Amino acid sequence: MSEKFDVIVVGAGPAGISCAYELAKAGVNVLLIERGEYPGSKNVMGGVLYRKMMEDVIPEFWKEAPLERPIVEQRFMMMDKESAVTVGYKGMEWGQEPYNNFTVLRAKFDQWFAGKAVEQGALLVNETVVLECIVENGKVVGVRTDRPDGDLYADVVVLADGVNSLLAKSLGFHKEFRPDEVALATMEIIKLDKKTIEDRFNLEENQGTTIELFGDATKGILGTGFLYTNKDTLSLGVGSLLSGLIKHKIKPYELLEYVKNHPMIRPYIAGGEPVEYLAHMIPEGGYKSMPKVAGNGVLVVGDAAQLVNAIHREGSNLAMKSGQFAAEAVLLAKERDDYSEATLNHYKTRLMSSFVGQDMKKYKDSTHHFDKFPQYFDKYIPMVNKAASQMFTVDGSSKWEKQKKIWRDVGTAGEKFKLARDAYRAWKVMK
Amino acid sequence: MLHIVACIKQVPDTKIIKMNPKTNTMDRASAPAILNPYDAHAVEEAVRLKKRYGGTVSVLTMGPPPAVKAIKKCIEIGADEGYMISDRAFAGADTLATSYALTKAIEKISQIKPVDLIICGKMTIDGDTGQVGPGIARRLDMPPLTSVNKIKEINVEEGYAIVHRKLEDGYEVIQSTMPCLMSVEKEINEVPYSSMTNMLKAARYQPVIWAVADLEDVERTQLGLKGSPTIVSKVWAPTKPSGGEMLEGDAAVQTEKLLNLLLEKKELFAVKGGSAVEL
Repeated sequence: MSEKFDVIVVGAGPAGISCAYELAKAGVNVLLIERGEYPGSKNVMGGVLYRKMMEDVIPEFWKEAPLERPIVEQRFMMMDKESAVTVGYKGMEWGQEPYNNFTVLRAKFDQWFAGKAVEQGALLVNETVVLECIVENGKVVGVRTDRPDGDLYADVVVLADGVNSLLAKSLGFHKEFRPDEVALATMEIIKLDKKTIEDRFNLEENQGTTIELFGDATKGILGTGFLYTNKDTLSLGVGSLLSGLIKHKIKPYELLEYVKNHPMIRPYIAGGEPVEYLAHMIPEGGYKSMPKVAGNGVLVVGDAAQLVNAIHREGSNLAMKSGQFAAEAVLLAKERDDYSEATLNHYKTRLMSSFVGQDMKKYKDSTHHFDKFPQYFDKYIPMVNKAASQMFTVDGSSKWEKQKKIWRDVGTAGEKFKLARDAYRAWKVMK
Repeated sequence: MLHIVACIKQVPDTKIIKMNPKTNTMDRASAPAILNPYDAHAVEEAVRLKKRYGGTVSVLTMGPPPAVKAIKKCIEIGADEGYMISDRAFAGADTLATSYALTKAIEKISQIKPVDLIICGKMTIDGDTGQVGPGIARRLDMPPLTSVNKIKEINVEEGYAIVHRKLEDGYEVIQSTMPCLMSVEKEINEVPYSSMTNMLKAARYQPVIWAVADLEDVERTQLGLKGSPTIVSKVWAPTKPSGGEMLEGDAAVQTEKLLNLLLEKKELFAVKGGSAVEL
């Protein structure tokens, strides 16, 4: 006989677990289904976990969660072929409670987080694929899994099945994503001695650094790279829009090899042993690519709802927030005993009026803009590097002459105009 | 009613485990813990017997608290009950001490419900000894049937079992009295994808956990490190064979080259009971 739950959450990532955690805590009978061997086994992220949103779910989680290092320094490296202009901030206030953010390894972290949801009373079933939603009379009433006697029923199904949400697609909530709406990220976890990491990144124990890489890290293709410090490993990765990879005919792992051998990166990872290789898609279409997020008996959260702020490399925090809002909407629906779209749409209202929706709207044009105008990455970043080199090379010419030369090197009056126009446009999409 | 106890163990996945090059011991943190693959077949066989003859399947393991996961895996396969003995006193046990502790646990399970059949996997993939099963059988004074690749018939009322035992060049058919202990080969069955009903049962399941104090008539000197006479004097990781030689040319040329090579390095291709022939 098929069992019925109050809620079935599909996918044990930050969004799904947050949702299941909140519901279980409120006494709701919730089933969390994960396709991987355990939560985290199939989940990939560069590795930054934001403290605030995690704390909203589990206060003072840092006292017991498997975290790597609290981040005390964030650097941004604008790379040319053999140079880089770096800006950054390091502050000791980030190295103490309540911290700002942490590096994490998802395989460990998600497993722990899911364990907390189970402690609250959620039921977790791993290694199970949800094939489709069971729809009756225009309402989602359950899920069909790939197991024998695998149909399960629920008042609400929460889709947290990740970037390529096949379930949301099969409900007609979104179309197949275009190559300019998703990025492909590949990363390696590179083992290095703890002490070596601390020396190379100028860190003390229990301090971490994140470096975001722009420009030549992705060979000028729109995308970013990252280099994060874990306890005794480094996470090094690159991600770029599928459309860019297709256009430049570059394979994702070639890009990763390239950045590993880049003279600005090579010394950081020298002598390290790659222990894991991971790849994943990232939804970067932003606000305009968001699917319908609430329907009769169904909600869509996290990556499945395209909740990623690519410019600020935020995603897991938006996912957690969305999971919480979804739980809130379910509780409301339960109170009213009405699981229709009208009631569940409370989720959408809460989501869009929160920082999640605000940020999604604010950056709605940014990815598309930088995708449309590749000169930011393939032209202006090298230009900044040359300017810095000019300015800081002491060769007997006056600083005034240097400035004039830099300005001359920008090119013709037309090109100068273009630069000004692009700067204005970039400001407009980011403002 | 038939009561089968399957003895299982949680082991590190030795397919991907790394060796610590300094100490030559397994770096257990480098690989996830899994249900010993042979044991999965043991549990599956028990479940099949239950379907054939009716009855109950209990699983038993000795291990640290995380080993509950391995028991849950068995519930997914279709076991009814899970028992775990977990205590610091069991730590460091070799096969002798392990079989002693498991025997004590089986005696306790028998008090709840008499045991007709004990099934073990052929061996664990981390120890590769295959000694624990026969060790339990000896202590319980049961016939040990090792290398079983087919259970033809069991008859609890009349007290006999007929099984096939795998041999190098075939199999032998053996009839044994019951209760008895069987350790099974992988080919005895295929473990199917578990049903959702079993998955949900496993997700909710909590096994019975006993400490040493919960067992009866236990001689503590026979437990754990104290009860383990095995001394591991040296462990080394075998070197992986490397290289290989490619022979080029058409079939005739390759054949000639190969024959010459065989003659040159005949010691590498020595066949037991034969000798290389001079051409």
